Amino acid sequence: MSTTLNNKKPDIIGVLDLQGGVHEHLDHLRRLGIKTRRVKQKTDFDDLAGCIIPGGESSCISRLLDIFNIKSSLLKACDKGMKIWGTCAGAILLAKKIVGENACLGLIDIEIERNSFGSQLNSFQTEALIPAVAAEPIPLTFIRAPKILKAGPEVNVLLRIDDYIAAAENKNILVTVFHPELTGCIALHRYFAVKCGLIPTDSKYAYSDPQWQNSSWTQLARIA
Amino acid sequence: MDAKRYELNVQLAQMLKGGVIMDVTNVEQAKLAQEAGAVSVMALERVPADIRKQGGVARMSDPAMIAEIKKAVSIPVMAKARIGHFVEAQLLEALRIDYIDESEVLTPADEECHIDKTKFSIPFVCGARNLGEALRRIAEGAAMIRTKGEAGTGNVVEAVRHMRTMNREIRQLSLMPVEEVTGFAKTNGLPFELAHKVKELGRLPVVNFAAGGIATPADAALMMQLGCDGVFVGSGIFKSANPQARARAIVKATAYFNDPQKVLEASMGLGEAMPGLEISQIAPEQLLAGRGW
Repeated sequence: MSTTLNNKKPDIIGVLDLQGGVHEHLDHLRRLGIKTRRVKQKTDFDDLAGCIIPGGESSCISRLLDIFNIKSSLLKACDKGMKIWGTCAGAILLAKKIVGENACLGLIDIEIERNSFGSQLNSFQTEALIPAVAAEPIPLTFIRAPKILKAGPEVNVLLRIDDYIAAAENKNILVTVFHPELTGCIALHRYFAVKCGLIPTDSKYAYSDPQWQNSSWTQLARIA
Repeated sequence: MDAKRYELNVQLAQMLKGGVIMDVTNVEQAKLAQEAGAVSVMALERVPADIRKQGGVARMSDPAMIAEIKKAVSIPVMAKARIGHFVEAQLLEALRIDYIDESEVLTPADEECHIDKTKFSIPFVCGARNLGEALRRIAEGAAMIRTKGEAGTGNVVEAVRHMRTMNREIRQLSLMPVEEVTGFAKTNGLPFELAHKVKELGRLPVVNFAAGGIATPADAALMMQLGCDGVFVGSGIFKSANPQARARAIVKATAYFNDPQKVLEASMGLGEAMPGLEISQIAPEQLLAGRGW
């Protein structure tokens, strides 16, 4: 724990800001009292303890990663120990195998199927217990979500539902096919912060922020 | 739709933030749009520029054509229903696309009522010229708003006007004392409770995209800098000289809207943009933005 007092140790979690649910993750990290950065240029990866690849459209984010050398900088930072968490589209981008397509980052040995539940009419909310993450059930939001179909031997499955895997991790990478940033629950953000070696400074909101509303993100995108 | 379903529908729009939604008229264009990095496609038979040129009644597109596009791409598919035509909306819901645009680009089917969007499970996006229109659509159940602009003109001036108008009204509202909200809401046709919500948030409670007349990467970046959450491009891509290059460039410029160097890079060598129309040269009855209320 003393290492967090060392100024040289990275203490920022970035959110890849190319497209998608960027504000929602920044807002949750702020709830945990963690320093954040929007990651948009290749130099933005410098000194990050972790980086979140948000939900959005994976085909769009993947295309933008290829322009301006963002992808190679991200891979380099990961090599140096930066942890990465991909939610929904982010999980697709991190997978080693995508059904019917070429992999993008290939950083975790899972096979994932894009948009696996159907159209927006099949999007849903549910809840489940993820023992590694929290002692109580966590609300889960699935929006045109992918399914993780298989995981390799060095992958730790955190949550299995029916015939698919919904959350998994290896040493450096965390993937969730659902959107913890779209609920008031901050358990998974806390879990990722711990994975990054950061101690949330505000542990008052252990698992859930009662003040959270779906419009909370708008405070980071005000007009007036 | 219950509150949970509505929340999920608002959240899908949130996942589109920072992205470009492109009008496409066939499978080939839809694939090109997806490959270029579109976050969604709007499937329709004729882009607004052609609707404007050909005239006549513009209706919902052939569902078979929408279904083909849906099969061809993995990104969300949107399609347009006429203002007030709730049966067209029922058909699009039965087709299980991802979002319905209740759109002034099509000929309105009802001159009194917009669709009661609360009766549907599928999300709706609606156009607005000002805060009143935006909040009335949200009150009717819209989960996402876009500026109307003047579709099919390649002229961004109306979209700018609509965004500036909304922003001005939001700023006024957020600065005024609470006791003035009632009068302001009455004068400007704002549903009362939503007016208070906007005052509290300092913006619309849902995602607001730019639409209508966006033709260049600079147009897209302009609308983003004015505070839009993303961009619709209708005729601007497939009516230009090089749709593929332009589609990619607008995606790039929308993501990096605050970075003139990157928008500049994106703007180089794209060939001719779509031909533009001066708004004052359009007969008043041909203006699309005046449809809806």
